[in-house]
Amino acid sequence: MNPTIAMITFRAMLGRKRALLLLGLPLLLLVLSVILRATGNNDLDLSAHVLQNFGLATLLPLLALIAGTGVIAPEIDDGQIMYVLTKPIPREVIVVTKLVVAIVLVTIFAVVPTLLAGLVLVGTTAQVTPAFTIGILVGGITYSAVFVALGVLSRNAVTIGLLYALVWETLLGSFAPGAKSASVQQWSLSVADALTDASMVTSTVGLPVAVTLLVVVALAATFLATFRLRSLPVASAE
Amino acid sequence: MSTSTIHDIGYRHYDGPRSGRAYVLRSLYVHNLRAAFGLGRPARAKIMPFLLAAIMLLPAAGSVAVFAFTDQEDALIPYASYANIMQVIVAIFLATQAPVLASREVRFHVIPLYFSRPVGHLDFVLAKSAALATALFALMAVPVTLLYVGGLVAKAPDPGKQVLEYLGGLVGCVLFALVLAAIGMVIAAFTPRRGFGVAAVIAVYMLSTTIVGIVQGIAEERTNFTLQGWAGLGAPFNLVDIVQVRLLGAESSSVGIAPGVTGGVVALALCVAIVLGSIAVLYRRFRKAGLS
Repeated sequence: MNPTIAMITFRAMLGRKRALLLLGLPLLLLVLSVILRATGNNDLDLSAHVLQNFGLATLLPLLALIAGTGVIAPEIDDGQIMYVLTKPIPREVIVVTKLVVAIVLVTIFAVVPTLLAGLVLVGTTAQVTPAFTIGILVGGITYSAVFVALGVLSRNAVTIGLLYALVWETLLGSFAPGAKSASVQQWSLSVADALTDASMVTSTVGLPVAVTLLVVVALAATFLATFRLRSLPVASAE
Repeated sequence: MSTSTIHDIGYRHYDGPRSGRAYVLRSLYVHNLRAAFGLGRPARAKIMPFLLAAIMLLPAAGSVAVFAFTDQEDALIPYASYANIMQVIVAIFLATQAPVLASREVRFHVIPLYFSRPVGHLDFVLAKSAALATALFALMAVPVTLLYVGGLVAKAPDPGKQVLEYLGGLVGCVLFALVLAAIGMVIAAFTPRRGFGVAAVIAVYMLSTTIVGIVQGIAEERTNFTLQGWAGLGAPFNLVDIVQVRLLGAESSSVGIAPGVTGGVVALALCVAIVLGSIAVLYRRFRKAGLS
């Protein structure tokens, strides 16, 4: 961890109007939860459905994508990363710092709002709310690691991330069960599944496999990003 | 003794023919249309648009192939529902290419350079929006045309009906392209930071679709199909699909369709409002962009 890099990254991510964009997404989830509660549409099944479809399947990948690629990709693109790389700071420290910033952002803007939305909708009935909070937190860590690595590896990081999150996890997932099992979304759902009694929440992946894969993928992505940052080809901004 | 010679260093005014407004408009349009597919830019910029266009073609090609071998008519995807079925890919294309057209010049503060030449503010906005709409139309219409031609070659029954449905599908594609381009351009014009424009466009698409989906799910459970239909107005693809179903006589491919011709007219009015509103907002945005 390098506090200076962390501070600069936070400022780049939250400066000016960008914090509003990041804040707008979770705010919609909260507004939706309040409306659903006010209109009496907050039974357990529906609440679990909202938390899963909105929190886990939409908000989490979206914010992890924005935060994960946003902490590093723009700097690589416009060449600012050179000012960091030419300092005597180990590459792994840079990657880990960027990753921690991304995870903190995901926690603030996805995990905490899900917790609040869950509390608004069902309270702590059947442990649905804590289950989804923890599921989204672990999923957020892996997603962030993957998207930070993607940001270092490719100039088209955001598009590739979108193709993964939308096409692979959602579209292919509904046709091919194999693709469904190989997705961060299902692994975090598996964690949530293990923590709640609600029968609504089911995952296609077993808990031990899911946890192992979450950890392995997160570590592999971090190592890959570090390795790639060692010999980063510097191209001029387009 | 002559006066005023010391400053006259021989510059002359241009007195020749001027190409005019249409030329400006056409040049900007062509330039932006090429930019939407990464033409005239490095290979890196071409990968994504062409990859997405190729993905768009896959189901159409597969559908035609299946139809040619099995001769089952329902193997052919209906023309009007193609864009709706492939909406994720269309949305990703919009999200990646709208910032290319709307954000880059704002980000590098070069908009004033355009307006220091005889380029009208409105022309600039119209050319950009039209270019993105054309790119989106091409993205959706080419697979639909492939379906039609494939069906024709493989002798799909009732060619008269096919022509009508195909033309209806193309009108739908035009509407999809206009509405999506309008939404994408506005969002991208206000998020100049790299990567943020893409994220913002896709966020609007995903959140509207998810929220509408949840509301429609609840409405269906309570057998309130009227609310389910009207909720469809909130998601861009569902909105255009309502117009297609109610006014163009297409088969529904969305969860909820607003009832009756009224639903179609309201949806069409909303589409027009989105397009005109987007032009107005973009006009204001680009007029001031980069001057601060």
